[in-house]
Amino acid sequence: MHQSRLTRWFFQNVGLASALLLFAVLFLSYNMMHPRGFSAAVAVQNANETAAIAFLAMAQTLPVLLGGLDLSVGAVMTLTNCIASELVNGSPAQILFGIVVTLLSGAAFGLMNGLIVVYGRIQPIIATLATGAIAIGLALLVRPKPGGDVDGDLGWALTNSVWDFADTYGIAGGGDAWWIRPFADIPVPVIIVLLVTILVWVPFRRSVTGRTVYAIGSAEGAAFMSGLPIERAKIAAFTLGGFFAACGGLYLAIQTSSGNADIQQAGAYTLNSIAAVVLGGTSLLGGVGTAVGSLIGAGILRVISFYFRILDIDPLLQPLIEGVVLLVAVSFGAIRTLRVKNKLDLFR
Amino acid sequence: MTDAIVEYRGISKYFAGIRALENVDFACKPGTVHAILGENGAGKSTLIKIMSGVLQPDSGEMRLEGKPVAFATPQAANEAGIVCMFQELSLVPDLSVADNISISSPPRRFGLIDRRAQVRRAEELLARVRCEDVDPNAMVRELSLSRRQMVEIAKALGKSPKVLILDEATSALTARDVGTVYDLLAELKDSGVASLFISHRMHEVEALCDTLSVFRNGQHIETFAKGAKSEREIVQLMIGRDVEAQFPPKPKPVAPEDLGDPLLKVRGLSWQNRLNGIDLTVHRGEIVGLGGLDGQGQKELLLALFGVLRDVEGEVVIGGKKGIPSSPAAAKTATTKVALVPEDRKTEGLMLGMPIADNLLASSFQRISRGPFIDPALSRQAIEDGISRLQIKAGSASDPVMTLSGGNQQKVVIAKWLMIDPDIVLLNDPTRGIDVGTKQEIYRLMRDLANQGKAILFYSSDYAELIGCCDRVSVLYSGRIVAEKQGDDITEESLVAASLNIDVEAA
Repeated sequence: MHQSRLTRWFFQNVGLASALLLFAVLFLSYNMMHPRGFSAAVAVQNANETAAIAFLAMAQTLPVLLGGLDLSVGAVMTLTNCIASELVNGSPAQILFGIVVTLLSGAAFGLMNGLIVVYGRIQPIIATLATGAIAIGLALLVRPKPGGDVDGDLGWALTNSVWDFADTYGIAGGGDAWWIRPFADIPVPVIIVLLVTILVWVPFRRSVTGRTVYAIGSAEGAAFMSGLPIERAKIAAFTLGGFFAACGGLYLAIQTSSGNADIQQAGAYTLNSIAAVVLGGTSLLGGVGTAVGSLIGAGILRVISFYFRILDIDPLLQPLIEGVVLLVAVSFGAIRTLRVKNKLDLFR
Repeated sequence: MTDAIVEYRGISKYFAGIRALENVDFACKPGTVHAILGENGAGKSTLIKIMSGVLQPDSGEMRLEGKPVAFATPQAANEAGIVCMFQELSLVPDLSVADNISISSPPRRFGLIDRRAQVRRAEELLARVRCEDVDPNAMVRELSLSRRQMVEIAKALGKSPKVLILDEATSALTARDVGTVYDLLAELKDSGVASLFISHRMHEVEALCDTLSVFRNGQHIETFAKGAKSEREIVQLMIGRDVEAQFPPKPKPVAPEDLGDPLLKVRGLSWQNRLNGIDLTVHRGEIVGLGGLDGQGQKELLLALFGVLRDVEGEVVIGGKKGIPSSPAAAKTATTKVALVPEDRKTEGLMLGMPIADNLLASSFQRISRGPFIDPALSRQAIEDGISRLQIKAGSASDPVMTLSGGNQQKVVIAKWLMIDPDIVLLNDPTRGIDVGTKQEIYRLMRDLANQGKAILFYSSDYAELIGCCDRVSVLYSGRIVAEKQGDDITEESLVAASLNIDVEAA
């Protein structure tokens, strides 16, 4: 009865697999239709516009895996964006300090969310609705007007291709060393997102804390009875969510060289992060899904908006079409219910 | 008792002022299988929850191997060597079998979970419980209830317990698995583990345990060696009063030609590969039992008749009308009404957080409504009738149904369905996990309903119930009826033989 590993992976990750397929189809046909498709310039531009929402989607994944929602991810991104616009400049040491402070403040905000949820015994959705407003308020205090200053070299190096990165800092022979050539055209934001995924998400998922997050979302009672560290896992999940949101905020500051306490942008990012998580095959009921899926979900959302540039569609239709695509995409998840022969299974 | 591995003195626990355990002294020796018996509400669950760190006692002291201990969490108890296998399974459905078995302390490399070692470990433990057919990489959600219970046992074994608590551990198991568990307990006993065994099945207790403790009303009544008391004496200790005959008398069998047309007639019923051509008839006034090993299609048959399954093939005639109800809503409103008391009262039978009253009314709103509105006077009357008819012991009808004991919860489910005045009552293991006293009330109720002219189809995993209650028993084996027994032919031997699909005469 042992299935092959690939078949098993497919059946246990149908959501992720279909998201991957949908993304591949959308992205390839986009590039085929684009006059300069498959070029480094297009890839860099696309990657820049996707990085922030990709980080937010990862941030949202953790509370959703627990079976909740975090309505503060967009606001934490905005807050850290404003902090970064104040601190990420000056000497290399000052820049590093600014980056660390930015990321830590996001993690600290997530930690606060976690503590409120666990010890205040407040449902995540309402706790983060409140803390999200607080984050926006803090962001407005830090930066009442849009603006700020982010190190220009850093901005250039991180928002272009690997070759430009090496060229800017004069490493690897200014980007011409033989070993860097195969990667020269890859956009740096893609590398950053992958690095964060591999260095933070993958170890987290393979830790007891990470597994406890899944166990809580799947069956909290069973997790408790199995003696798992429930409180620690919840706090860790929200903290990590704050960290990912801060990655998004930091990247946005580097990309735009400024900070902006934009309330509407924060709200839009929060809602898009939820859409990305769902598109990526994570169950809103908790317990099933991965941050990798959410990255793909964020990619799908962004590619849809890219189509408006190359196709002659009225931009005013964009929200409508995005809404329809989202609805159609998540409907695929409901197809299984047509195959259910025991109607009781629909409620499990 | 200085040689006890665990010892409890003067343990008391109150919930909102109501006694759950009072001044209980209890001890358990290594290398024994110790049964804890008692009605629901006797304090067994509270005791094991205290032992395993889920609850903290209000007073009293615990000693493990002579040293005083206190467990704040299940984790702390596990680490000290007290492992409990709970009746409500503690498996996480969306994680794999291997993940679940090693959930609290997985093998690690460089601080991260080592999946390969984890799968190996799962394979070893599954082999110990003879479940090599379970794939360690499968999701627990994909497994049947009986497989999950075996995985739960493997998980408990993996914690190398000194004291292993099995709370209704065999309730969902197949006969073969029960055998495995018996062997395993013998093995653990030889290696000095103390096993605490909680079961409502007397024959299991008889077969397995060497020491028995009876609890009643939150107190430890008596502990004695196996064989020191008769089954009847034990039951008396448990309920504190004399028991009359366990089952109500059956009426004389009616000659087949006098029975008239059946109320329920099933021909060639098939569904997926779980039901393979079931033929069955039930007449008014009859209790027909469904026997066989667990998972041979009994539950699916009842669900099919209640309109829960899709794409069911075969012919069903209910009260002269052809066709299977299209949904539970259709089943309960047809001319010949069908009611189903489902397998799992906690998820399918009750809305646990809602008041008893609302649960009682949940199936019969059209009877107590005037126009679109629920009539308060009619509903109050209906609630009172329901509570008194089944003698549900509840403080107030507005209490959440989860505050009731298991037996009383099951009564609420039955009362809910009796309120629609059904013609056909389908019962899916209605006495599972409930106390002896309530069981007997349910047996009497079933007979009363049959005498009122209702047709009853009754699945039970307990042979004694089928023998004691049913006019006829149909035994299922892999989705087919392999034997039908009547009257004096319904014996334990005949049912067991039929459920293993062997012919006793031929063998």
